[in-house]
Amino acid sequence: MTTDPALHPGEAPTAFLDVRDLRIHFPTDDGLVKSVDGLSFQLEKGRTLGIVGESGSGKSVTSLGIMGLHTVGQYGRGKARISGEIWLDGKELMTADPDEVRRLRGREMAMIFQDPLSAMHPYFTIGHQITEAYLVHNSGADKKTARKRAVELLDRVGIPQPDRRVDDYPHQFSGGMRQRAMIAMALVNNPELLIADEPTTALDVTVQAQILDLIRDLQKEFGSAVIVITHDLGVVAELADDILVMYGGRCVERGPAEKVFYEPQHPYTWGLLGSMPRIDREQTERLIPVKGSPPSLINVPSGCAFNPRCPYADLPAGGVTRTERPELRRVLGGSPAAAGGGGHWSACHLPQEERTRIWTEEIAPKL
Amino acid sequence: MFAYIVRRLFAVIVMLLVVILVTFGIFFAIPKFTGSDPALMYVGKQADPAAIEGIRQKLGLGKPILEQFWNFVTGLFTGRDYVSTGDSVHCPAPCFGYSFRHESPIWPELTSRLPVTLSLAGGACVLWVTGGVLTGVVSALKRGTVWDRTAMTVALSGVSLPIYFTALLSLAVFKYKLGWVGGEYTSFADDPGSWFGGLILPWVTLAFLYAAMYARLTRATMLEVLGEDYIRTARAKGLAEPVVIGKHAMRSTMTPILTVLGMDLGALVGGAILTETAFSLPGLGQAAVAAINERDLPMILGVTLITASAVVFANLVVDLLYAVIDPRVRLS
Amino acid sequence: MTIPAQQANDGPEALLTVEGLVKHFPITKGLLRRQVGAVQAVDGLTFDVRNGETLGVVGESGCGKSTMGRLITRLLEPTGGRVTFQGKDISHLGVAGMRPLRRDIQMIFQDPYSSLNPRHTVGTIVGAPFKLQGITPEGGVKKDVQRLLELVGLSPEHYNRYPHEFSGGQRQRIGIARALALNPKLVVADEPVSALDVSIQAQVVNLLDDLQDELGLTYVIIAHDLSVIRHVSDRIAVMYLGKLVELTDRTSLYTKPMHPYTKALLSAVPVPDPKRRTKRERILLKGDVPSPISPPSGCRFHTRCWKATEVCTTQEPPLVALEPGHQVACHHPENAPGGAGQAAVAG
Repeated sequence: MTTDPALHPGEAPTAFLDVRDLRIHFPTDDGLVKSVDGLSFQLEKGRTLGIVGESGSGKSVTSLGIMGLHTVGQYGRGKARISGEIWLDGKELMTADPDEVRRLRGREMAMIFQDPLSAMHPYFTIGHQITEAYLVHNSGADKKTARKRAVELLDRVGIPQPDRRVDDYPHQFSGGMRQRAMIAMALVNNPELLIADEPTTALDVTVQAQILDLIRDLQKEFGSAVIVITHDLGVVAELADDILVMYGGRCVERGPAEKVFYEPQHPYTWGLLGSMPRIDREQTERLIPVKGSPPSLINVPSGCAFNPRCPYADLPAGGVTRTERPELRRVLGGSPAAAGGGGHWSACHLPQEERTRIWTEEIAPKL
Repeated sequence: MFAYIVRRLFAVIVMLLVVILVTFGIFFAIPKFTGSDPALMYVGKQADPAAIEGIRQKLGLGKPILEQFWNFVTGLFTGRDYVSTGDSVHCPAPCFGYSFRHESPIWPELTSRLPVTLSLAGGACVLWVTGGVLTGVVSALKRGTVWDRTAMTVALSGVSLPIYFTALLSLAVFKYKLGWVGGEYTSFADDPGSWFGGLILPWVTLAFLYAAMYARLTRATMLEVLGEDYIRTARAKGLAEPVVIGKHAMRSTMTPILTVLGMDLGALVGGAILTETAFSLPGLGQAAVAAINERDLPMILGVTLITASAVVFANLVVDLLYAVIDPRVRLS
Repeated sequence: MTIPAQQANDGPEALLTVEGLVKHFPITKGLLRRQVGAVQAVDGLTFDVRNGETLGVVGESGCGKSTMGRLITRLLEPTGGRVTFQGKDISHLGVAGMRPLRRDIQMIFQDPYSSLNPRHTVGTIVGAPFKLQGITPEGGVKKDVQRLLELVGLSPEHYNRYPHEFSGGQRQRIGIARALALNPKLVVADEPVSALDVSIQAQVVNLLDDLQDELGLTYVIIAHDLSVIRHVSDRIAVMYLGKLVELTDRTSLYTKPMHPYTKALLSAVPVPDPKRRTKRERILLKGDVPSPISPPSGCRFHTRCWKATEVCTTQEPPLVALEPGHQVACHHPENAPGGAGQAAVAG
């Protein structure tokens, strides 16, 4: 099988989270913004998927789409258009009743946001905001139980004196504490899918390390499926079992973390690795940047979205025309797919041998 | 929190003193420098020189300006006597002044008119806040739809139409043509039914103007709040949309509305001059108009003082409400 | 960029010298604006910037690195201490006194979106320094602006366009062109790439690199990203709560950091190498950075330091050279030559 297994609509899901051919388009005055344009991936419980991409790659919109938050609140305006399938634990969310999806939010799937200061309501106490998330999904529970649960979770995420701090307001917490409280809020109902959207981008380095540690520990403890969305390759390398690289609303490469870092098969992934200054080694060479700017999501190039910036676009592409979209293809050879990882995939017209050659001979030695 | 209240109260006292100082300055100090004679204005042009001299003595216009101010301020708290050779009138505390035109202290006149104005302002306020905020919220939620455009067009006309136009139009239609409502102002204590009947038209007219402004303000604020990250968080928790809007979004939307409401209410206590005149309501605004026509300076001064104080107090209430709503104000 | 040989401080080639630099922002309260405290943003910095080098300044939020940048470019006036540029004391020069020096000292800002006036064309923006200084370059302003645009990798045809027509990376290039208009000697860049995407970051980093080689510029680059700092800097200053805690060349800093804070900072950065995740030993600091309004006594880092002892809470460690060219302010330094931990106290 060399094409994407996810492209068989309607069939039973093959994983705990199975996203198939997800498309999310936003009509705007300037035209249709194709934020996500045919994205598929699978994720099992107990594993972490890192979605990497630059601004405008569609990584954040993907997470909102899974949560069903892409249209909620789009009052009156031209609503986002979504298509594809999202299977969570055997249920298809796209065709489900919106109210049913709402009841899954915060209970089976929860989310951590980038900036904990703006993501918490300034007028309610931390405790109130956590118990609210608990009470909405546990209609039988009373406030006392909910508060106990909030204190318990604040303690678990490492807030000192949780029984006192539970009554504080967000502005009384430091940045790192706030992100801990945000994580406590997301975990209050033991969700099976946790999505962290740039969870440490707004934090200082030393605090970021604490939070990454916390997320890793909690995942071990709760055994949930975790999606970490970030632009920082360091963060995915720390957390992710599998990596999905997004560009122009599509997946260009996906596979186990070590494969993507050590045997990347897409010129854009090479570009990301080459652009990144390294902290772990002395570099005397210049960085190898990707030329040009990210594509407009309104006029996405008809062929490969990366084509205009690709330094290898002139190489013979094995008989395909440039205007054709490259589909995700399994990278042949090497070890079979790791459990739940689904193997190593990349979407590039270049023949695989050619890409392997370029990586090992031209790119890797310079990094 | 306690320190905050004390600080705000202290600020109110300072503000009130400033208000008194400025009002006093306008009516007594400036005429002194410009050379016009306040006494002349107090009695009218046709008064004989003896009367003018009497007024001058009663008001102590010959005394230094600071002493005059002191007498004025103490009069507010203890009452004062206006004495001239062979004549004396007593003005009991709180002495806001003495109308020589009507030969009576100002304060009882003000207090008798205050309930009318408060009834008008209070009732209209309830109407415009509910109407304006609801319209604004619905418009924000249905942005770009026919409802939104219609509501905002009506709101725009409400803001632009002068009140004497809407007032006279509604009078013509509902009172004289249809005869649905009408009657004189009756105090609430006497007959709640006719109190309501007499005020409903002024309420609606006044509320229409303000509701329009509040609808636009609410819509803009609500749209801004709906784009906040914490609203997305509330949804991500699985809260139902009515809770997200009614609890999380409304709480933040109320802050700017409160600010404007405090100022508007304060100003209205001084009398909705046009509304009261158009509907012949015996409120403070009407009194102010009458006093201006009659050049009854002490009355004008009294109304000004009441209005300014009302604004100051309304702002105090708003500040305290802020502290209740926003913990960052309370705890800093 | 080459790493200059390690030299003793205050070498003759210092372009900019900073001694005991202090900046406190007063906090006032009440009606009378009584001063109740101060944000001790920068509290006693001493270092120099050598001709032709890149000095990297790194630290977490609230460490005062941006304030420092604004002080040495004299966008802010220091509360205390001295800034000397080419032998001239510029600490308290007024607007007029600074004007001729504005040619030599330029600044590049973090946000390429808000630092360019949206109503001005690129030509006006890049040409503004000429106008401000009343200079007409050879061949006219327009020609020189177009030369600058080409220098930073934009097209001369962009002269009549507006900032909003450009991407973030291109805007940062416009900002760089403006900074270079008057042939400055010193360029202070405050987080020049942190608002940019990874692939664009590399373009700008390379551009700064090339310009330095071509024009012989001296850089002070302020950033929170330790990877970027490692790549661009010759020497690096690490700041914590308004103080310099360590100052040395890049190799020593990253291979044998002496200050525990530097060590923790380096170990905290996520490394883009999944195999190392299990192997590496990470020093997790407790809590957040304390407030610069009431910094801890003694060594400001003692509240989060795992090596802190009694002396750290009472005595402030001075910044001393434990090795030639490697200055540290710590009572118990790591990687110190011959167990010189106590020597620092004496020094």
